[in-house]
Amino acid sequence: MKEILKQELSIEKSRPGRRGVRFEKTQKHAADYLPGNLLRKDTPRLPELSEFDTVRHFTKLSQQNYSLDAQFYPLGSCTMKYNPKAYDTLSVLPNFAAAHPFAPESAVQGTLELAYNLQELLKEVTGLAAFTLQPAAGAHGELTGILTARAYHDAHNGQNRTEVIVPDTAHGTNPATANMAGYTVVNIKSASNGCVDKVALKAALCEKTAVVMLTVPNTVGLFEPEIKEIAEMVHSVGALLYMDGANFNALIGLAKPADFGVDIMHLNLHKTFAAPHGGGGPGSGPVGAAKHVSPFLPHPIVSCVNGKYTLADNRPESTNRMKAFYGNMAVVIRGYCYLRQFDAQTLKEIAENAILNANYVRACLKGKFNAFFDRNCMHECVLTPPDPHATGVHTSDIAKRLLDYGFYAPTIYFPLIVPEALMVEPTETENKDMLDAFVAAMEQIYDEIQTDPQIVKEAPHDQPVKRIDEVSAARNPNLRW
Amino acid sequence: MFIANTKEDRQAMLAKIGAKDIKELLAQIPSQFLYPALDLPRALTEAELTAHVHELAAKNKPLKNFIGAGMYEHFIPAAVPALSSRGEFLTAYTPYQAEASQGTLQTIYEFQSCMCALLNMDVATASHYDGATAMTEAALAACRITGRSEIVISQLLHPHYKEVLKTYTRHAGVSIAEAQATHEGTLDLNALKKQLSDKTACFILQTPNFVGSLEDAQAISAVVHNAGALLVSVVNPISLGVVQTPGEYDADFAVCEGQPLGNPVSFGGPGLGIMTAKKAYVRQLPGRMVGIAKDKDGRRAFVLTLQAREQHIRREKASSNICSNEALCALNAVIYLTLLGPQGLKEVAQLNLERAHQLAEKINGVKGFSVNTKMPFFNEFVVTCSVPAKQVIEKLADKNIAAGYDLGQLCPQMKNCLLVCATEMRTEKDLQAYADALRGI
Repeated sequence: MKEILKQELSIEKSRPGRRGVRFEKTQKHAADYLPGNLLRKDTPRLPELSEFDTVRHFTKLSQQNYSLDAQFYPLGSCTMKYNPKAYDTLSVLPNFAAAHPFAPESAVQGTLELAYNLQELLKEVTGLAAFTLQPAAGAHGELTGILTARAYHDAHNGQNRTEVIVPDTAHGTNPATANMAGYTVVNIKSASNGCVDKVALKAALCEKTAVVMLTVPNTVGLFEPEIKEIAEMVHSVGALLYMDGANFNALIGLAKPADFGVDIMHLNLHKTFAAPHGGGGPGSGPVGAAKHVSPFLPHPIVSCVNGKYTLADNRPESTNRMKAFYGNMAVVIRGYCYLRQFDAQTLKEIAENAILNANYVRACLKGKFNAFFDRNCMHECVLTPPDPHATGVHTSDIAKRLLDYGFYAPTIYFPLIVPEALMVEPTETENKDMLDAFVAAMEQIYDEIQTDPQIVKEAPHDQPVKRIDEVSAARNPNLRW
Repeated sequence: MFIANTKEDRQAMLAKIGAKDIKELLAQIPSQFLYPALDLPRALTEAELTAHVHELAAKNKPLKNFIGAGMYEHFIPAAVPALSSRGEFLTAYTPYQAEASQGTLQTIYEFQSCMCALLNMDVATASHYDGATAMTEAALAACRITGRSEIVISQLLHPHYKEVLKTYTRHAGVSIAEAQATHEGTLDLNALKKQLSDKTACFILQTPNFVGSLEDAQAISAVVHNAGALLVSVVNPISLGVVQTPGEYDADFAVCEGQPLGNPVSFGGPGLGIMTAKKAYVRQLPGRMVGIAKDKDGRRAFVLTLQAREQHIRREKASSNICSNEALCALNAVIYLTLLGPQGLKEVAQLNLERAHQLAEKINGVKGFSVNTKMPFFNEFVVTCSVPAKQVIEKLADKNIAAGYDLGQLCPQMKNCLLVCATEMRTEKDLQAYADALRGI
């Protein structure tokens, strides 16, 4: 397309006097109600656009995006799966959208009943004893979970427990969370098979250990086969086992974390269940706990007393509030819809398909992009490119080249223990045809690396902009107009 | 259905993998844990699910809403959800691959710019979970910047915000002290002076405060800065159409709950945490930021920037564990402000001011009820009732009115006090109905 119409900022399209919405005229001015020293002096520099200008501006912007509705996102650990459109509509029904958090409980029984039902369903799929729906995201759930563990230890003379053990494959949020909860982070190396090194774990565990944080399946896409033994080791020193449930879409219906000895875990309703990512949020990160830890979950938890649903709970040992009000209810509604639309048999098939799809991609790309751990994986596989020292082509180049083929890129350079990692999670909702197309694109890129590496190194070629110099943005930050 | 692989697909895929059946792929999971019994309800069809969720929604009783207390019902122009619900925005991921995410990135840059303009501050982040967590993270940043470890808060800060602050700081080696208010319902400047010391990292001011009164932020700011502390200001974004901005009284951090900007109340979530600061503190801010860069051809492009502060790089040394933002809510906010422009913003703010003051006047005319707020207020104020506020709320609920927030739940001495809000959504007829309902008690 010829560039006559530039992609301008809204403020660059702004013309004095244009506007998109007007309100009723008031009888008096602000100065009639407020003293002069409390009034705003300047006019804020907001864009002045008509409604039509605004619609066209944001529609054009939306077209500058890759999105799951249009593209395949093999984004490891992020679970970019399809979310049924019915939930979009149901999550914003007027009676839900207008419910005020401080309305009388008699006026919000529908919202509370739905939340209560979801708590019960999450208990069933994890085997845990209680859930709070308050956390706004996965990382927020982690912090909730670790603070819950801390409250548990405080109540059990465990104030001397100052350490949280985290494997080196963990998401960055795990150590950052432990630090925010006031704990010292003890990083342990993984074994050569990608799983927890029991010797290293044993050496790190002591009477100072408060929590061991494990992602199951872990971030290299493997299940910890010795999870039961690990849980016993953790419990034998009086510590708690925290499970990061970011990858629970690989386990739902196949196994219950409570059975392995998990004490606390968070779930991501926007990954395992059903909420679109929205370009970065909002999410929802419910936290569940086993019976002995559940009194320490933060309030509120919805309970049902004589057929009435209520937020008034009597748990004096509870960790305090994690955010204002009661959780990301619009996302909670979507999670509930998901668990009502799929029964135990279907959930099992969903998890199996997540695993089947990942293994299929791994098998198809073998010999060109080999899996770092050459064995069956769970819902994601970590691939490596042909030797970058020989080809001069790095993982970041391959990621950008994939954009030209109409695919979003895998998660790259993570987990940190795998050099040049390309972490691929096809998710359960993609079909074989799409996976075959992705494999074909990867194979073509492999050929390009041998025959025309420059085309890969200079990618992308077909996006709204060419390769961006990200370092230039940080040097002299321009963060606003 | 949800899973699109057919039986034939699965067989072909298993053959390629070299596995006999799916169970072979699950060998990593110890068999004792595999395929547990699950007691879940029957799967509903989309039609059944739709009917079921509508039934649940019908159990909520829509009330004419006069409650604010941190979440405000405002008019949302139709273009806001029409644009933000486009699949290209709704189903995109965090814009890590910038070249394929210019749409989301530019909207975040525009959001940051609009927030800076609205609050009169230098820099803004891409957003946080909600106002309470944004405030808390700003206060923690103030501790890092000043090297001090005490946070002083206003007694009239939102009760949930106080709780969240306590939760987050309990294990951070930070103490919290409260500066008392006067009987007028604003901060006691002398009490604040006494509370501040060379240990104070910051003072958290809320204006309008929890009981609706506007504070003398200019005077407070001077006192706080005299003590060498930073000022964290919590504001109502709609009020800034007419009310003095944090930038005008030299706030160091200004945060707010951005829900009123184009987002529904939705039982309190998702919220939209808006975080702004002076430029000097940009590298201490937690969370995402979008900046301008150049592409290979020298064209303007947008990227996530200053990521060296964040958890995926810094791990336990990061400024926060946050790894998302409320992007969709931020998108609603920036579309809302683009539609309103400076003039629309001023109009909606004036309309809130007028409706609330009209309501106050009507309530003062009802025997047994009087407006307690003597200081200037925006769209919310306190009413003293001749009976407990709880009772007023129950009686008005019978008339399909949500009367307000019962301040008695915070302190027993205020059991007859009701916090009442009127936004532009309440018509003059609604205000009259409210006053008539009070008369009927």
